[in-house]
Amino acid sequence: MLLREVEYAKPGSVAEALELLAANDGARALAGGQTIINVMKARAASPDMLVDLNGLGELKGIELAGDGTLTIGAMTTYTELMGSAEAKARPILSEVCATIADVQVRNRGTIGGNLCSNDPTNHLPPLMVAIGARMTIAGAGGEREVPAAEFFLGVYLTAAGPGELLSRISIPAGKKDGFAAVTLGADGTCLANAAASVNGSVRVALGCVDAVPVVVTADSPDGVAEAVRGANLLPPSDVHATSEYRMHLAEVLATRAAEEAAGR
Amino acid sequence: MDVTVTVNGTTYERDVEPRKLLIHFLRDDLDLTGSHIGCDTGNCGACSVIFDGVLAKSCMLLAVQANGASIETVEGLSEDGELTPLQQAFNEHHALQCGYCTPGMLMSATALLRENPSPSEDEIKKALQGNICRCTGYWNIVDAVKSVAK
Repeated sequence: MLLREVEYAKPGSVAEALELLAANDGARALAGGQTIINVMKARAASPDMLVDLNGLGELKGIELAGDGTLTIGAMTTYTELMGSAEAKARPILSEVCATIADVQVRNRGTIGGNLCSNDPTNHLPPLMVAIGARMTIAGAGGEREVPAAEFFLGVYLTAAGPGELLSRISIPAGKKDGFAAVTLGADGTCLANAAASVNGSVRVALGCVDAVPVVVTADSPDGVAEAVRGANLLPPSDVHATSEYRMHLAEVLATRAAEEAAGR
Repeated sequence: MDVTVTVNGTTYERDVEPRKLLIHFLRDDLDLTGSHIGCDTGNCGACSVIFDGVLAKSCMLLAVQANGASIETVEGLSEDGELTPLQQAFNEHHALQCGYCTPGMLMSATALLRENPSPSEDEIKKALQGNICRCTGYWNIVDAVKSVAK
């Protein structure tokens, strides 16, 4: 497919990338490209300029602090995360990344790209909400930190606004996590998914049922199904699943994820 | 934009429009038509190449992103007309029917065997997940890869 004409810039620093994004209304960040290039082929979006973030070392890498906090650069690929010794501190991260698409997509696709595209069927937005991640957003005025629960604003919309970039994700220590999904084919697009984390009570974030992850809490996995029913969800219908079926899946998957988390 | 890229050991310099996908650059500008375009939506894997040592689908990369990169395509596998053991195994196991997916299958299997010379059957299947064969000849493809696993 021939894309619409587009300018291409490869900045040498995050500061330069931010300047390019701020100076051009039609500029969009190019991370792994595993979504945006296809979106451009379909003409669903036609940015005037792509600002390529590949090669910016400031946005790469995974660090594990003494207190167990993980810091993941937004341009870290799924494959890099899966191969990282540090990332094993929170095992659910690599477990979920290993179920995203296929080798080629995991080799190029990035953690930050998954979060910033915020497609409601993506795996990582509910996971980050469930485990209490914090997002660092870089902009012209410096950096600010936003909790994951406040980062996702709508379909394809996040708190990282025009002229800003998600630079890194900070994840607290913990191991009692779970994730469950029903997908179109093995490791395909999620029809519904749920991420859970146990820290005293059970916190579950549901994907695919609303524009942004929906959080429910319960005292134990036994109470999760009722909590999901109480959330008054109205999931979308499409050719793959009716609203009622997605609602049913949300209950089942939330319980599965919570039981997995509690069992660790 | 000026792009300098090494493909299968040969360095090329070309003037490329930023909107050009890497797969079109390989096929149309460099006349390396071994890599195929199947779906053009990032699903089928027929366009898979090894990009700076990492397996990737060349329909989801821009040619300008390859500036300074080293790329391997299916044309670079055999040396002096000799098939690699993997290519020979595809032949012997009838691992291709129409052959359209074969270049991508070979690149994915090559990348797998470099990283893991002794993959299990499950690991082979997982490694080929991003490559679709519409003749559905998966059994023979997996058999071929298994036969060259150490």
